[in-house]
Amino acid sequence: MWDYSDKVKEHFFNPKNAGAVAGANAIGEVGSISCGDALRLTLKVNDKTEVIEEAGFQTFGCGSAIASSSVLTEIIKGLTLDEALQVTNQDIAKELDGLPPEKMHCSVMGREALQAAVANYRGEEWKDDHEEGALICKCFAIDAVMIEEMVWANKLRTVEDVTNYTKAGGGCAACHEDIEAILERVLKERGESFDPLAAPVEKPVVAEKKPLTNLQRIKKIEEVLNALRPQLMADGGDVELVEVVDNIAYVNMTGACNGCQMASMTISGIQQRLLEVLGEFIRVVPASQMPKLVSIMEAGHA
Amino acid sequence: MPDIYLDNNATTKVDSAVVDAMIPFFTEQFGNPSSIHRFADGVARAIKKARGQVQELIGAEHDSEIIFTSCGTESDSTAILSAIKAQPNRKEIITTAVEHPAILNLCENLEKEGYTIHRLPVDKCGRLNLESYKNMLSDQVAIVSVMWANNETGTIFPVIEMADMASNAGVMFHTDAVQAVGKIPMMLQDTKIDMLSISGHKLHAPKGIGVLYLRRGTRYRPLLRGGHQERGRRAGTENSASIVGLGKACEMAMEHMEYENIQVKAMRDRLEQGIIEQIPHCFITGDLNNRLPNTTDIAFEYIEGEAILMLLNKAGIAASSGSACTSGSLEPSHVMRAMQIPYTAAHGTIRFSFSRYNTMSEVDEVLKVMPGIVANLRKLSPYWEGDGPVANPEQAFQPTYA
Repeated sequence: MWDYSDKVKEHFFNPKNAGAVAGANAIGEVGSISCGDALRLTLKVNDKTEVIEEAGFQTFGCGSAIASSSVLTEIIKGLTLDEALQVTNQDIAKELDGLPPEKMHCSVMGREALQAAVANYRGEEWKDDHEEGALICKCFAIDAVMIEEMVWANKLRTVEDVTNYTKAGGGCAACHEDIEAILERVLKERGESFDPLAAPVEKPVVAEKKPLTNLQRIKKIEEVLNALRPQLMADGGDVELVEVVDNIAYVNMTGACNGCQMASMTISGIQQRLLEVLGEFIRVVPASQMPKLVSIMEAGHA
Repeated sequence: MPDIYLDNNATTKVDSAVVDAMIPFFTEQFGNPSSIHRFADGVARAIKKARGQVQELIGAEHDSEIIFTSCGTESDSTAILSAIKAQPNRKEIITTAVEHPAILNLCENLEKEGYTIHRLPVDKCGRLNLESYKNMLSDQVAIVSVMWANNETGTIFPVIEMADMASNAGVMFHTDAVQAVGKIPMMLQDTKIDMLSISGHKLHAPKGIGVLYLRRGTRYRPLLRGGHQERGRRAGTENSASIVGLGKACEMAMEHMEYENIQVKAMRDRLEQGIIEQIPHCFITGDLNNRLPNTTDIAFEYIEGEAILMLLNKAGIAASSGSACTSGSLEPSHVMRAMQIPYTAAHGTIRFSFSRYNTMSEVDEVLKVMPGIVANLRKLSPYWEGDGPVANPEQAFQPTYA
């Protein structure tokens, strides 16, 4: 049995806001019966203030799916839609005093249902940004689809490459065999063979020869970070560029990435990608190490 | 709060008589049975006695056909790896789609090494098609491995008939009988079964002890090589206390088998009947005419198994589920998928497995709480409205994204 926190059990055994809200004007439905997890979130939003006045859930799923849905409705009641959209799956997990890594997808389902409901209220079309495959890395909740995409897109060859690009395999190492199987399959399709002792991916030929201006550099770095962002956000984290001084990019790791034991690996992955795209070595350093970090407020007073 | 254990296919309570039989082999009789001094006195004899007790339970012709291993998984692996090593020219293995992971994952691994694995499918009641099995048999097949009884549904496979067919085709036959041994009578000497796996903890012996039955004359290659224990067929100092315990458990299983087939079955049947009568939209999976007497696997539609288990657990009742969420995988049990149980039900299966320690009053206790648990979870489910499922649930629930 899973080691659920008392909060998870409390929300499972005594769910809050179970059932559909009468007269709801925002509905978000995610999951499906074939996946074994489905959530219908119904909200009553005040048309003038955009405040969520009532929230109800109907969930098909396990104990942590029901608990995540219940706690989500508690979190968002009283928030405006914009405030509610800031709620991450990490917030849901945190409110439950944590979820087992294998169950983090339950919190993701909650966040997605919320986004879907807000989109529904606003008459927008909402699309999920991930496709569910077999969960390979349980430590970082990375599925086969993502690993395969990364292996294809970045011509990865070894388990180490996969870890650098996706974090998969960077924890307990129990999934290395499965990652090797994916590598074998994709490499075979590429007409190559898998060699566990192969050198890490080659750095692509540098396209730009002329040195970049700092503005160009910043723009390029932003582009790279934006491309990497969905991966980090899928893990409940994010990265923000704070400053670029010469060849040092100062960044803030936020959400789950902040204080994550894998943060240094994430940073070296970003560094690697910057090198490939910019064709020059950019050192990525946490903004906390920036000399004289001035806050906006201080700047305003200055 | 009641304390009702209905998860005996996962593991069983060690019988107190088994514990009593084992204790001297931790204390006074701790010697290595291979030694010749007085500390080993009696240990070798006790192991021989246990070998005889196992032999009797499964009806083996010779006690030397019993090899003690560490568990059912080791026995399964030894059987299959021995068969392919002993017959290097044969590159095919026949098994079923509903085996225990001990067989499935081993075969999947062998597939990567170039072996062809034939996985016999099952019908919606979990039954095998013997006609397609017959067509798979050839001189390319190193071994057939088919479980005697399925751990999830209790469905019994016709292994005696299948072993005959394999023998006629000159193919070795192994059966993973972990769930069947001690629950249904067997007389291996009258069959063509070459190898059979037993796990101690499924029949009230401790964990960490198993048996591989190896018919005399079967070609064999040991998995563990080293000392000459078990006639060189399984190296490693004997787990003497557990071996003695397993022997005692086998003796007791013989004594209780008739009771299990009548009394335990009566409890199981009462539970099934009570649930089916009281709870709408649930059904029993597997082959209802050919099942272990102690097992029932019931699918509760439109709700999820782990949630049911958590509520049962709160009520003091232990059972298990083939639901994905109990295992950390994203798919429901491979057995339910192989039987093509619809997703509306496959995620909500609960297995109740009995032993001789259960009572009718425990069954009544389960029957008291089960309808409420199911009704409460259905109230939370988007696939349930009022008293019944929403029409066409697979289509009714329309996620916002494609």
